[in-house]
Order: sequence, then structure tokens, then C-alpha cells
Amino acid sequence: MSAAELKEKTLDWFDERTGWRMVRDLLDHKVVPMHAGTAWYYFGGITLFLIGVQLFTGVLLLLYYRPTVAEAFDSVRFIMTRVDFGWLIRSIHSWSANLLILSAFIHMFSVVFTHAYRRPRELTWLSGILLLGLMLCFGFSGYLLPWNQISYFATKVGTDVAGTTPFAGPALARLLRGGEDVGAGTLTRFFDFHVILLPLISFGLIGFHVALVQKHGMSTPSGIPASKLSHMKFFPNFFLRELMVWYGVLAVLGTLAAIFPWELGEKADPFASAPAGIRPEWYFLAEFYTLKLLPSHVWIVEGELLGLFFFGALAVVWVLLPFWEVKPGGERRTRLATGLGVFLVFYLFVFTILGYVK
Amino acid sequence: MRAATTLFLLSFGLGAAAVPDSCISCHAALEEGKGPASTIKNDIHIVHGLSCADCHGGDRTSQDPEVSMSKAKGFKGRPARTDIPKFCATCHSNPDYMRKFAPRERVDQFELYQTSIHGKRLAAGDVKVATCIDCHSVHDIRAVKDSLSPVHPLHVADTCGHCHSDKERMAQYKIPTNQFAEYRTSVHWQAMTKRGDLSAPSCASCHGNHGAKPPQVESISEVCGTCHVLFEQLYSRSVHKAIFSSAGGGGGCVVCHSNHGIQSPDTKMLTGSASVCAGCHDAGTPPASTAAQMAAWLNGLDAALENSDAVLKTAEKSGMEVSEAQVRLIEGRENLVKSRLALHSMQPDQVRIPVDAGMAIARETLYVGQNALRERDFRRYGLGVSVILISLAILAIRLLIRRIET
Amino acid sequence: MQGTDSIETGSEDRRTAISWLLGSAVAASLASFFYPVARFLNPPKVSEASVNEVAAGKVQDLKPNSGKIVKFGNTPALLVRVNETDWKAFSAVCTHLNCTVQYQEARREIWCACHNGTYDLEGRVTSGPPPKPLEEMAVKIRGDEVVISRRS
Repeated sequence: MSAAELKEKTLDWFDERTGWRMVRDLLDHKVVPMHAGTAWYYFGGITLFLIGVQLFTGVLLLLYYRPTVAEAFDSVRFIMTRVDFGWLIRSIHSWSANLLILSAFIHMFSVVFTHAYRRPRELTWLSGILLLGLMLCFGFSGYLLPWNQISYFATKVGTDVAGTTPFAGPALARLLRGGEDVGAGTLTRFFDFHVILLPLISFGLIGFHVALVQKHGMSTPSGIPASKLSHMKFFPNFFLRELMVWYGVLAVLGTLAAIFPWELGEKADPFASAPAGIRPEWYFLAEFYTLKLLPSHVWIVEGELLGLFFFGALAVVWVLLPFWEVKPGGERRTRLATGLGVFLVFYLFVFTILGYVK
Repeated sequence: MRAATTLFLLSFGLGAAAVPDSCISCHAALEEGKGPASTIKNDIHIVHGLSCADCHGGDRTSQDPEVSMSKAKGFKGRPARTDIPKFCATCHSNPDYMRKFAPRERVDQFELYQTSIHGKRLAAGDVKVATCIDCHSVHDIRAVKDSLSPVHPLHVADTCGHCHSDKERMAQYKIPTNQFAEYRTSVHWQAMTKRGDLSAPSCASCHGNHGAKPPQVESISEVCGTCHVLFEQLYSRSVHKAIFSSAGGGGGCVVCHSNHGIQSPDTKMLTGSASVCAGCHDAGTPPASTAAQMAAWLNGLDAALENSDAVLKTAEKSGMEVSEAQVRLIEGRENLVKSRLALHSMQPDQVRIPVDAGMAIARETLYVGQNALRERDFRRYGLGVSVILISLAILAIRLLIRRIET
Repeated sequence: MQGTDSIETGSEDRRTAISWLLGSAVAASLASFFYPVARFLNPPKVSEASVNEVAAGKVQDLKPNSGKIVKFGNTPALLVRVNETDWKAFSAVCTHLNCTVQYQEARREIWCACHNGTYDLEGRVTSGPPPKPLEEMAVKIRGDEVVISRRS
């Protein structure tokens, strides 16, 4: 039997038992529309790739990390200083988290500006928003795990803010903290969230999200008639291009990790006063700065409460975007949706910078 | 705490007093808000339930001046200046009386005062010298630990300076008036005002407060040695002790470190143009050479530690983890401190020991720092290699794409 | 024709050469990712104990009424054997200006050489400039091993 025949026979053996050829054929039909906005299509894949990087480096870090108040900081220091290339794995994990969230935001906004959330892709949009929320939860929970001064106090501030939610606030804060204050209970819970709870939920949602994308295909901009649209085969053509992009992302990650290694910080000391200028990570900075700006009271309502209410209302409007963008008559509130998107990009951009500078 | 509670309860008592204090009520009206009767509410004696009459005599219960200020009721009026210390001592030197209010308070202030320069001159009739009220104030006397008291540790130097920095006042006694100005340039003043260290010495710490008298030449190092124990011990065993303690010797620590304007010591005191040693030891003599040698060792150690620190800081800034070495460096600095201490024995082999230990630590930490920098460079080199390989891989994929699409 | 043939085979060779080169570039880049990962998986020889607990020596190494300085993570700690059975441990950092304190056997007290501050065996300041007591630590005897740890 020749090598080619052997290969064919092996593939047949697997096909009979797993039906892999069916998946391959489906993939074979996947096409990517080519137009001015095609580049934005990469961002979903970049986000997925970075999630993969997180999973991989996260599993590696778990080999050495110890999730107790007594040992967390020292175990991270151990990874950074004693474990071979530990500095690399840890710095990649921290930088990739930031790049992931940035990529997710870009992915979301590109969907908004190309109106790809429209019927029949409403559930793709909803699952995507949920995933963005989950990524932010990943960021928040992971941030505490090194148990240094900054992460301790950032968690304190963050859970304080959560605690100001009306009615459920105090209960929510206690649930997050695993106690009255940020402490050993919080570390254990955040470790649970970060390592098993959030991953389980995310994998389910990601599977759902990606499956829907396969089902509906890539959305095309409404302005271009279907006949004038050219397409590229996903496999192998577009996929090879995606590989190039992913390699590029890897190069960026490596550079960041080597030139700007992630800080170890100082071990958390609950009795010390919060470090001056304590603030959350950049992806929460815009909201944080907004809350800081609000006066303590507006009429009889507490300023912070008002801020949270507005964020909540904005979130509801944003999540339900595919539903209200369609007017009952079938017309579209396109400009409104785009306007809201532009406003949000500006708001987030400007307030994040302000949060850093102030 | 006790004073505050007493004051609190007392204010109620004074308000609804069954026995009003006629001294205060009359004199407050007479003074129209300016004067002893108005300031007296801050006075610690009032807080403890005493009144004007307890010092000045008389009867506080009577509204009739004839009665309240009658000699029959023991009215003493305003004491003459020369009588002031004795006046205060009526109570403050009486242990049985003082025990009622402050059992652990000293009762020997008057006794000490009488041995002091102020006390002796007052007894001879000089009313210009300090008496109790000049330092402690009068009619608004506060506890020493009250931060508004003129004899609170932070204010002592100021209080002494009122007279002792006044050229006209001090002219007749032929005492210099630059002490406070000098003291304000000193490390002790810095410690007190910048770091808030109330244990730092001011005038009274070295000169005494009630028994104020400058320490004699032979006891200066003992005075400094109450805090700087080890320096004094080494100095006492050295050749300088006998020389400096003799008449005209200059007086112990003061010879090199000055008395009021004590600066942070520096190796420049040992050798060079600002050398203190050169005051007695000519250049080229064995003592001068020893001083120069020790200065060289200390400077060498300081420089080595600085160098290691700089390297470690660079490594840290580039993201390398060097905190253990930085802690070790602190130990190195402690050896520098020990070397400066050992100087006071005037024996080079004593100084050699901590210097060598410190140099070893400086070498050790420098090695760690250099390793960290090497590791940093290795990482950057590794990154460079990865980026090149990645670029090649990206190129490979591009060419593959080109091939399958043509 | 001869000319076209050689051009064709020439370009074939070039394509194969390039394929090989590029294939190895991809392989090399993958190797450059997996080499650090492989090294990472291998645990370091020195397993650093977390610094919440430090072995401070053997019981018989310290005589009654004596003390010694022990490295506790970043800072020095003072271990004092008061008598046969009682042990005390404190942070050895003086609360005045951070010099390292020492045990004085003759006076049975803890002393700081820098400015003559003294502490008693409970860590309380008994004289001199220190503003605060010494932070006390816990001492446990495990067999013949003395262990110092932070008080929780």
C-alpha cells in the first residue's frame, strides 16, 4: 500500500466513526465576502485566538499558583523569578487579557457600525454582549489573584461600587466578597470564578456564538448589492490570512512581555492605606471616572446611584439594539444606532484617557 | 483624657455653680474680656478645680472685695518677681499636696532652679532672668504635653530663644545669641520639625530645664551619650577623651560636631579643606593619614553601595525582579553606619571590619544586579529571534497564499 | 524546447527550495513558542517556601536567656529564648528609625544601638525614642525545630 492509499484508508476509518468529513464539507462551503470592511472580520478571530492564549497560559500558571492569602503573592513572585520562562508566561497572560478585551470591544463596535446585529443575527449579538460581560468578569476576578496592593484595593473599590446597587447591593457585595470585607473568602471565590465558573459558561456561549456565525454566514454591508459582492473561500484562503494576523498578534504579545514585563507590586496589606491614585484597570476606567465626577447628591438622589442607574439604562438600550433599531413599519433607525455607537466610542475613549490623566 | 472629662464636668459645674468664683466673675467684668480672668479657663490649675485664690490667697466665695481680697483671708496679691519661684513652690514643692493631683509629678523643680544660673542670679536680685512664668506662662498654664504649651517639646527652643536670641538682653551677661539660629540648622531640629520626632533633643535635653546650666567640658560626651550610647562608649576609650575633656580641650563631641548647629556628619570632616582633624593634626602626620585612610574606606564603601543600588534600580525599571538584593543592600548600608560608628574609636582596624563586610555585600548585590541585566538582555535577544522567526513564518504563509491563488 | 524546459524546472526547484525554507520558518517559530513552555513545565530545583513561616534553627542551638537575628522574608526577626521553655519572637525593625534591634542578656531586654531605645520582652517600649512597640510574632516548636510565623 502506498503512502497516499494509507492516508486515505485512515481518513475513511475516522470518517466512518466520527463523520469528520461532514464538518469539513461544511467548512468547505464557508465563504467570506470581500469589500471595504472585510478587515473587521478578523477581530472575532483575534478575540477567539486570545481566549485560546489565555486558556493555554492560564493552565500553565495553574501549575504553580497557590490561591490562598498567605501564598498567592509569593507564588506569583516564584513564577516571575524562579520558574524558567515564568516571567514570559505570566506577562503574556496579563497583557493578553488586556488585548483580548480591547479586541472584543473593537469586534463589538465593528458589528454595530456595519449593522451586523440585524435579523436573523439578534441572538448572535446577545450572546456576544454576554461574552463581553464575561470577559470583563474574567478581567476583574483575575486581577485580584496576584494579591498585591493594587489588586486588593481595586477589588475593594470595585465591590464597593457593586454594593451601591439599590436593593440587592449589600447582598451582592457580600456574595462577591465571600464575607463583609475583601479577604481570604474573596480570593477563593474569585479563583473559583476565574478558573472554572466563568470558563464553563464562556465555552458554552462561545460555542453557541460561533455556531450561529457558521449558520448565518458573514453579514454583508447593506449598501452593496449581493450580485456585486465577491467572495473568498474561508478554508484555506481566508484562514491562512487569519493565521498571519494571529502570528502578528503573537509577536505583539511577545514584545510586550519582554519589554514591558508585568509588575509584581507589593504584597497586599489590608491595614495600610490605599495607594494614592488607586484606580481600576483601563477597561473600567471610563465608568469609574464618570462616577468620580458625579456630585455626591443630585436633588435627593445619591450621585453614585444616579450614575449606576444611567449605566444600567444604557446597558439595557445597548443590549436590545437589534430590537429597537427596527421600527414597527420595517424602517430602520440606522442613524440613531450609528450615532449611539459613535457617541459610546468617543465617551469610552475620552473618559478612559481622563481617568488616567486625573 | 482625664483633663478633658474634668473640664467637661466642670463647665457644667461652673455654669450652675452653687459657689461662684468671685475672683473670676469680678475681674472678667473689669478686664472686658482681655486679661487673666478670661484666659484662665485654659489654665491647667482651673481644670483641676483650683481657683485664683488657691495661688493668690483670699476668699473666692465673697463678692465683697474687702473680704475676698483681705489679708485676713490670706490674700497675697501679686508676688514680686524675685518671689515668683517660691510662690509656685508653695504647692509644687509640697509632695503631700501634689500627691492629691498628680502623684507621679516631680516636686524638686524649685530645688533644681536654685542651682541653675537663672536661680542664682534671681537670688542675687537680677529680675531680668527667667522665672517660672517666663517659660510656663501665667494664668493660661498648660500641661507640658499640651501642644500649645510653650514648654511642649516642639516649642522649648523657641521659648528659650525669646531671651537667649535677644542681643540687647544678653549683652550685659556677655552670652552669645546665635544658639537658636544655629540649632535651627541642625539635624535634631530637622528631626523634630520635619519628622515630628518628639524624642529629638532641644535645649532642655542637654542643658536641663529647671536646673538649666550648660554641661561642663568633661561631661559633654556623657550628655550626648544618653542617646548616642555606642559613640560615647567608643570615644571614651579613645585617646581624644582625655584631651578634649581637659580645660581648653574644647569639650568632647562638640570639638568635631559643634554644640547647637549639629550637621549630618560627612567624610569631609576627616580630610580635605573642611577637615575638622586638621584643626589639631598637621597634614602628613600619622593621625592625619589615618583620618584620610578611614575617609577613603568610607567613601569607597558608600560609592560601592550607590553603584549597586543604581544597577539594581536599572534592572528593576526594566522589569526584572531584584527585591531580595535590594533588601540585602539595606544590610550593606547598615555596615556603612557601623563603620561611621567605629570611626569614633580612632582605630583603623576597628573601622576595617564593617567596611569589609559592607564591601562584600556591595559586591554580592552588584553581581545580582548585573545578572539581572544580562537576563534582561537575553530576553530581548530571545524576543528579537522570535520576532524574526514569526516574520519569516508570516512571509511563508503569504507566499503560500500567493501560490494557491494564482 | 530546451530554454523553456530549463526555466520551468528552474522555477520548480526554486519553489521547492522556498517551500522548504518557509516550512522550516514556521516550524522554527513554533519551536520558539514551545521551547519556553517545555522549560516552564519543569519545576525549579529550589522550591521556595512561602514566607509566612521560617525555620529558625534547632532548639538546642539557642541557649536560655539569649537571642538571635533570623531572616524572615525581607526583614530581620529577633528570636529570644527567655528560659528553658519560653520563646519570644519579634520583628527586629526598631520603630524609631528602622535600625535592627538586639537582645541584651544582662538586662533581659531588647535594645536598639542607634539611639538607645529599649523594649521589654512583650515588645513594649520601656525607654528612649521608639514611638511604637515591636510587632510580635508567633513561635512554634516542632520536635526540635523552632519555627517563627506571623501572627494572624
